[in-house]
Amino acid sequence: MGKTFISYNNILSSLGFDNETVVENISKGKSGLAKFDDASLLPEPFCASMISSEKVKNEFNKIGDASAFTKLEQMMLLSLKNVVDASKIPLNENVGLIISTTKGNIDVLEKDSNFPESRAYLSELGKTIQHFFGFKNEAIILSNACVSGILAISAAKRFISESKYDHVFITSGDLVTKFILSGFNSFQALSAEPCKPYDKNRVGINLGEVAASALVTSSEKNLPKEAVEILGDATCNDANHISGPSRTGEGLFRSVKAALKEANLNAKEIDYISAHGTATPFNDEMEAIAFSRLEMQNVPLNSLKGYFGHTLGASGLLETIVGMHSMEKNILFSSKGFTELGVSKNINIIKTNTPKTLNTFLKTASGFGGCNTAVIFKKTNN
Amino acid sequence: MVSLNGNVLFSEVPITIGAEDFSTFIKNAYKFLQTDYSKFFKMDNLSKLAFLAADVLLKKENLNEEENNIALIFSNKASSLDTDRKHQAAIENDAEYFPSPAVFVYTLPNICLGEISIKHRLYSENSFFIFARFNAEHLQLYANSLLRSGKAEKVLCGWVDLDENSYDAFLYLVEKQGEIEHKTEEITRLYNIL
Repeated sequence: MGKTFISYNNILSSLGFDNETVVENISKGKSGLAKFDDASLLPEPFCASMISSEKVKNEFNKIGDASAFTKLEQMMLLSLKNVVDASKIPLNENVGLIISTTKGNIDVLEKDSNFPESRAYLSELGKTIQHFFGFKNEAIILSNACVSGILAISAAKRFISESKYDHVFITSGDLVTKFILSGFNSFQALSAEPCKPYDKNRVGINLGEVAASALVTSSEKNLPKEAVEILGDATCNDANHISGPSRTGEGLFRSVKAALKEANLNAKEIDYISAHGTATPFNDEMEAIAFSRLEMQNVPLNSLKGYFGHTLGASGLLETIVGMHSMEKNILFSSKGFTELGVSKNINIIKTNTPKTLNTFLKTASGFGGCNTAVIFKKTNN
Repeated sequence: MVSLNGNVLFSEVPITIGAEDFSTFIKNAYKFLQTDYSKFFKMDNLSKLAFLAADVLLKKENLNEEENNIALIFSNKASSLDTDRKHQAAIENDAEYFPSPAVFVYTLPNICLGEISIKHRLYSENSFFIFARFNAEHLQLYANSLLRSGKAEKVLCGWVDLDENSYDAFLYLVEKQGEIEHKTEEITRLYNIL
């Protein structure tokens, strides 16, 4: 089978609308999280990473009529346009489009929404994005809880391996809405303070909104310097519980094993793990157990939730992109919010930005429905 | 109606207009198929539909009690909108604000894959796709990729859609040997005769 790469990429977030700004802010330790007290979103104060609608609209008006698109659409279109333009790839029959989201335009269900309820159908979101750019192929939408963003990379690789496409553009996005906030709050999973993944004093998650996009391609030509090769990928279910992770980290353990096998690497050959780290007591503990079972306890690991919050269906792609830039710069970014280990197994959380030669990294994610995805990447040295 | 390989297993005879609504249908199908699984009653409508359809196929497979490697590749149009609307209704008015975690957890379409995985001990690949209409080609390609790469021994694929009171489920099991060739035209033909 031929090689597959992640090429051009973009992050549109509260830490900036382009990669350089976002990565620069992460390296300075800046977080996009802020505290909000907005009863129209949640009856009590919360902490989240939000993007100003005004700012998105002003930026969008440079490329189209913002009033015709929802906030999420504007974000995803802006983000994907950046990648489509940079790639210079003509959008012909050999080019696919994958959209990754958990809730899409769910805010159109609100009674005072300016958009019809039909916009809540994810296939409508797919059509909007397809037609804006003139993609020849219908959008493939992946909605698989919090692994969606990383699973989209697997799916792109799989469609390329079946020779359906030569190139696949992925765009991912989710919003911080009343819908999502009220739901996570009903689980008592939200932290009112900035989250602390793996920390002894962690109490829960912060939600975040972002759009992230990337090109997955079989072509080695015209790759940017941060491009990576996709070496192995796997998704495994816990077969245990729909809303709680397995106590033994079974699905995560199995997905990493299977990804390593396909990558033909052993656990010690991974230079860095970009983990899920939501900062809920159960998730972080589960991950620590799985990485310990995998004998990866010494591999430097971070969670990026302290910078962006949990960006749901976009998080896997967002965090992969940050990992690509981290690897290109040979810097391990600190796991923001972490001070003292609060999981039962010893794992190597990155406390401060650390220079290190990086050639491979593992991205993992876990989500509701018991799903776990692992993908392994290698530097291309372009 | 519930059918397996073209043979009708269960058919609801409408006694009065409205008797074929989803909750009556699924309850009667559950009883008729002798599905003894208490967690079924906690599921949302989409999960009930997907679970029962998968159960009809998988209980004939003599599955291992410990673990099985059957990938799940499901798709639909309405995602989890049926349950999304219920959660939205519970938060719409400040005076009657009462979001429930038991409802919210089902506001993701892939939860039904988790329910099926728990019941049948599937520690396998899961993907939930959304398309405007049944898309045999992409299901076929994705299943081929999982079988070819050895990531799955078998793949349970299909369409499970539920929106307002309209619902349909069409699932099929793909493996390396069988009588019907795994190609887009055949899958589409089988979907259309239902």
